[in-house]
Amino acid sequence: MASTTSSIMDTLFQRTLEDLIKGLRLQLIGESAFISKALDEIRREIKSTDPHTKSNALQKLSYLSSLHHLDMSWAAFHVVEVMSSSRFSHKKIGYHAASLSFSDSTPVLLLITNQLRKDLTNPNNEFEVSLALECLSRIATTDLCRDLTPEIFTLLSSTKIFVRKKAIALVLRVFEKYPDAVKVCFKRLVENLDSTDPHIVSAVVGVFCELTSNDPKSYLPLAPEFYRILVDSKNNWVLIKMLKIFAKLVLLEPRLAKRVVEPVCDHMRRTGAKSLMFECVRTVVSSLSDYEEAVKLAVVKIRELLLDDDPNLKYLGLNALSIVAPKHLWAVLENKEVVIKWLSDEDPNIKRESLRLVMAMVSENNVVEICRVLVNYALKSDPEFCNEILGSILSTCSRNLYEIVNDFDWYVSLLGEMSRILHCQQGDEIENQLIDICMRVRDVRPELVRVGRDLLIDPALLSNHFLYRILSAAAWVSGEYVEFSRNPFELIEALLQPRTNLLPPSIRAIYIQSAFKVLIFCLHSYLLQRESTTSSYPDTSALSELASKREMPEGSDSATFKAPSHSEQDEVFNPRVSNQSFEELSVGNGGDRTISHGQTSTPVTSENSFTYEAVVNHLNLIELALGPLTGSHDVEILERVRNLLCFIELIKGEVLECLVQKEENLNSAEMKSSKIIKLMSDAFSEELGPVSVSAQERVPIPEGLVLKENLNDLEMICGDIQLPSSISFSLVSNHYEEGVGASLPDLQSKEELEPPSEATSLLAEHRKRHGLYYLSSEKNDIVANDYPPANDPKLQDNQNNDTEDLVKLTEQLLVSKKRPNQAKPRPVVVKLDGDVVPVSANRPGPKDDLLSGAVQEVLLGSDTRTSTSRSNPSDKSSSKRKGKEKLITDPSSELNENLGDAEKLDHENPSSRRSKHRTHGKERRHKSPGKIREEREENGQKEKKKSSHRHARHKTRQRADVPLNVVSETPVIPDFLL
Amino acid sequence: MIHFVILNNRQGKVRLTKWYSTYSQKERSKVIRELTGIILSRGPKLCNFVEWRGLKVVYKRYAGLYFSMCIDQDDNELETLDIIHHYVEMLDRYFLNVCELDLIYNFHKAYYILDELLLAGELQESSRRTIARLVAAQDSLVETAREQASLLGDLVK
Repeated sequence: MASTTSSIMDTLFQRTLEDLIKGLRLQLIGESAFISKALDEIRREIKSTDPHTKSNALQKLSYLSSLHHLDMSWAAFHVVEVMSSSRFSHKKIGYHAASLSFSDSTPVLLLITNQLRKDLTNPNNEFEVSLALECLSRIATTDLCRDLTPEIFTLLSSTKIFVRKKAIALVLRVFEKYPDAVKVCFKRLVENLDSTDPHIVSAVVGVFCELTSNDPKSYLPLAPEFYRILVDSKNNWVLIKMLKIFAKLVLLEPRLAKRVVEPVCDHMRRTGAKSLMFECVRTVVSSLSDYEEAVKLAVVKIRELLLDDDPNLKYLGLNALSIVAPKHLWAVLENKEVVIKWLSDEDPNIKRESLRLVMAMVSENNVVEICRVLVNYALKSDPEFCNEILGSILSTCSRNLYEIVNDFDWYVSLLGEMSRILHCQQGDEIENQLIDICMRVRDVRPELVRVGRDLLIDPALLSNHFLYRILSAAAWVSGEYVEFSRNPFELIEALLQPRTNLLPPSIRAIYIQSAFKVLIFCLHSYLLQRESTTSSYPDTSALSELASKREMPEGSDSATFKAPSHSEQDEVFNPRVSNQSFEELSVGNGGDRTISHGQTSTPVTSENSFTYEAVVNHLNLIELALGPLTGSHDVEILERVRNLLCFIELIKGEVLECLVQKEENLNSAEMKSSKIIKLMSDAFSEELGPVSVSAQERVPIPEGLVLKENLNDLEMICGDIQLPSSISFSLVSNHYEEGVGASLPDLQSKEELEPPSEATSLLAEHRKRHGLYYLSSEKNDIVANDYPPANDPKLQDNQNNDTEDLVKLTEQLLVSKKRPNQAKPRPVVVKLDGDVVPVSANRPGPKDDLLSGAVQEVLLGSDTRTSTSRSNPSDKSSSKRKGKEKLITDPSSELNENLGDAEKLDHENPSSRRSKHRTHGKERRHKSPGKIREEREENGQKEKKKSSHRHARHKTRQRADVPLNVVSETPVIPDFLL
Repeated sequence: MIHFVILNNRQGKVRLTKWYSTYSQKERSKVIRELTGIILSRGPKLCNFVEWRGLKVVYKRYAGLYFSMCIDQDDNELETLDIIHHYVEMLDRYFLNVCELDLIYNFHKAYYILDELLLAGELQESSRRTIARLVAAQDSLVETAREQASLLGDLVK
């Protein structure tokens, strides 16, 4: 009794949905509080025995669940109760709640099978049927599909259009969940394709569009029906779906393409609807790109889209262009000025698309100019797009081992320039490329050292933590190839400038190590020079000995490195400068000096280049700068600082002493310190070459080394060590004594273990840093700095000019294929076996899923042994189209049965007839689509005479360049279409 | 196919969601948060397409409401825009000059209309008149049921 009263009270005083919404909007007590209060009410009301109260509560719950993401799985049973109400209004609420909240794992699903069956077969109320269908399309599980397949089958031929079209749409879900339903329903589904009702056709086409997109090959046999709809239908929705289906099918069956291309172009010309027109364009550019005429038409339409004011059409036009770009670059080139114009569009999506297209246009003839303009764009763009531009420049230029880069000096300085862009966040990539190029391209090293110096010497750059990786690469390059430096002492100052304390420890360690190398080089040069002055050797020989330490390319390069290294001592190393305080010295190292270098690069006699004062000053400088670091907490820094300071300790006394005896004829070579210096210099001047990733495999396994031990335990320890995904280098030493002219790949093979010495231990340090175990302890602790910002984007040139510039440039460049300054040959880029593996990603194998199997079975008849032919190894058709192979049926048995067309088997000597009938085939191509039907009939007649049909096929076969025995692959497509 | 439909206003408040692909409740709220963020941040004169997690989201703003539909990569964006427009027209016809409040108070009606338009993520009815007729027919069925219910209420009194 009590329960009935409470339910009556609930009924009378229940909040309706509207009350709930009003209350929510008023928000007297806050949203979450109100919701939880309402939820309490709902929990109580939903248990009511009165169906009205119950359904009302459920409706409120659905509202909260769908818009406030409330969990309502607890109410699943009540949903079922409301669904089974006899009143339509309740039922509707129940079904809506079910489709909103049920998932495959909802336990009560088992309870609703009968309810659904009852509603699906309701003869009186078609709306209840449609409710059940709608709900099923959301919640159907394998069990439900299996149990309800008979009912759905019946509904597929329902006389009520309203119900039938929903049943058709539902079939998609049923097939997906329960492939065996195909056996029952598929035939009837196909029959609906012939329906006269446009709604039905639209629904069926929608289903086939989805089915085809997942597994095109199974639906190839339906091509004739599809074709009919494509030609006859006037409904744009249907046509769009049809085009999607054919876009998939023609990729599998080139002969189909020939048939389809005309109607597609026809639609493209005729239609006024942009959506249909765009779909035609997309079909042509993605699937029919072998047909010149069609592509030309599509490109005309794309141009219309590009020039439209509507940003949507612009975007889609660019999109279509990027699909067509790989095969028909001319289409992009034709529209380049528009594409470039949209590079400065306000919409980031459009900008991104046009950037993609601009990058597609890059070739080795225009890379320099396009990159220059893009970098200018990057300077003016917002940070995000700026980095997208830089990223795409980097990836395009480095593609296939810098395939399109001819002038590496240019590219390296471009990298330097990009590093200085304010928003640049591509540090890692630029670092990789700098080191990579340094390793691979011998000729570019002097330029690299110059670029590195410019980066290192600028104190402002040290405040930008995005640049740290680049700076570390620059530091390494300058240390490693210091002999190309114009002014090594300047490098020492740059590497030790006070602001390096902004760097993270790992990179600072690289700086110190590089400073060490530079110092050794300076001392060694100094000693050689002394040697040459004191002894009777002509001074050049000593230096040329030094030069030959590194196998230098003949010609201008060697000259440039020799001369500058000895110039400028007057300016840089005169006592006035070196007496300056430490800070002044390093700050004073501005860019101005570079200019003066250039101006006063008159050859200075080499005796003066490494003066005593300079050496001593810099020894002091190092001690001064690194002294405080001996207390560093970072092991890497500490270790390197100690190395360097101890070394200086070791040699300083003697160096000073030897300078006192400057005028005496002392043989410096006998000095202890000079021996040490020589040794170190030898160690540092060992060439570091790139090593193939697979090099390890070639090393013979020493005896007694167990490799096959189970190392699973290590995984726990090493799990967090990630191998670099890109090409990794390890550095090896090799002996130049063995042959100066040896090319790098050869050197690899000469790789051998050196006797343990000081040199190798130092090399091991490099290996540690640049090999697999490259330290990456990055701390982005940015120390406050009072320096001006690193670089201001140069905004002086106005934007419009830029666009025009690029347009003009590309015009010139893309027309004249000849590169203007081809005078300089492309330097050698070292390649390794392990490197260039542009493996086309393995396409996922055919999804041998149940659905396609079932569909094929229905369409091809039960005796089609698709699976056996798929695995048939003796199948001669080496067709490159994957999908095709799957359609091959056993030629001898199926052909006769399925088509009864004995003619098909005739593949004897087809090549002799091909030439005879080629002209005939061409005529047919120009026929208007209106004639297609006639032609089809014609074909039918001719088939009886066993003549023209075969020719047509031969023609297409030739076009498609498929092996001759394709005939055996085609039984599934009825003749008249081909 | 259409994976889901989301309706939200300029403040990011959700007015309607319909999911044709399976998303858990958690994923749903995450998707909504992510997408409303992206869509609301886009200016008025930009294109209506956003690439998102390998799918495409087509959105359009009508007065203060954003209608978004998520489609597959190779689906037709313009067609989807048409579907959105179709839906808006239908709402407009049903509510006679639809406004946000209509959708707030009649959220279930908005769902029923959408259900007549789309099924299993596919357009199933392109004729506005047919849909209007179907929705009206079902409304009258619901009305008769409600009258009966209120009759019952009177009886109890």
